[in-house]
Amino acid sequence: MTVDPSEDRSVSVLPDDLWTQPTPSVPVDLGDEPVRRQVVPGSMRYDYTPGLASSRFLRGLAEKRILGERCPETGEVYVPPRGVSPVSGLPTTEQVEVGPSATITAFCVVHIGFGVNAPPTPFVSALFLPDGAAVSLYGTMGEIPYDEVRIGMRVEPVWVDDDQLTESMENIRYWRPIDEPDVPAEQLKGHM
Amino acid sequence: MGVTVTVDDSTGGEGLLRAPLVIEYPFNRTTGPVVGAFVSALRDRRVLGIRAADGRVVCPPVEYDPQTGAPLEEMVEVAATGTVTTWSWVPEAREGQPLQTPHALALVQLDGADTSVLHVVDAPGPEALSTGARVRIRWAAEPTGAITDIECFELDGGAS
Repeated sequence: MTVDPSEDRSVSVLPDDLWTQPTPSVPVDLGDEPVRRQVVPGSMRYDYTPGLASSRFLRGLAEKRILGERCPETGEVYVPPRGVSPVSGLPTTEQVEVGPSATITAFCVVHIGFGVNAPPTPFVSALFLPDGAAVSLYGTMGEIPYDEVRIGMRVEPVWVDDDQLTESMENIRYWRPIDEPDVPAEQLKGHM
Repeated sequence: MGVTVTVDDSTGGEGLLRAPLVIEYPFNRTTGPVVGAFVSALRDRRVLGIRAADGRVVCPPVEYDPQTGAPLEEMVEVAATGTVTTWSWVPEAREGQPLQTPHALALVQLDGADTSVLHVVDAPGPEALSTGARVRIRWAAEPTGAITDIECFELDGGAS
């Protein structure tokens, strides 16, 4: 991990009298430049397994397919699948390919990006409801100005090059608008 | 709508994906005046505590009195030698730990302090260590003004 302290914000200062702290008396010479800040990295390393259901989903992504699984009681298709229906609690027994076209159900304009793969700010992160699915996938929008994104907008995923495909959500680089009329918000009720 | 296929879990887990997942926090912290003085002094291979309201010396120093919450102001120097008050042996060092060889994690009460600092003790084995053992600081070759300027503690008397 690399951290550049010069990129960090300055030490915050509170208005006078709001909060004060005495400067301690120190019995030794601290030099001309006492330490005022420290980079203290921490990390946790996991051997992660997503479980069988999400493994099926990720294998589908490696083939540019979005695979959900159907609740045997309600018939709704959940994606990414977790192996059981979140509504009935019953195991999902049927795999269903959804999308790739999708509808934006919620979005957020991001002004402070972080993470190694964050696009240049401002960008739009959004929830994308793939056609045929009951719930939305998280992703980012591309190929459109951030202030033109709308709930109900029709979109499609932009995949990485074929030789870059892995069992990963990162196969979808971003989503982009397609030339279809918006879906009215009332039709998205229950999927927001 | 999509193609429908039957879910097959008969692999008994062979279909399970695995991947390393690393969560990192690149904290960049301000030290404040007390901890700032503490780590600044470490740069010169000196250790500071702070005098609490009841006269005890707290090391590592804290900004506020552990009992009353009053701001503390008088920092005092303590020794680079001390006593192990409790410890635990780490037979297999993990990545990121201060020592990559088997070592002890210990609370060390430095001479002149009334509280203990958590650090590692480099010792040949658990039989070489005991509660009450005398230890001293092994300083890092190039101190930078951080707790890691204390590379570790070693047994006082030259056992390691």
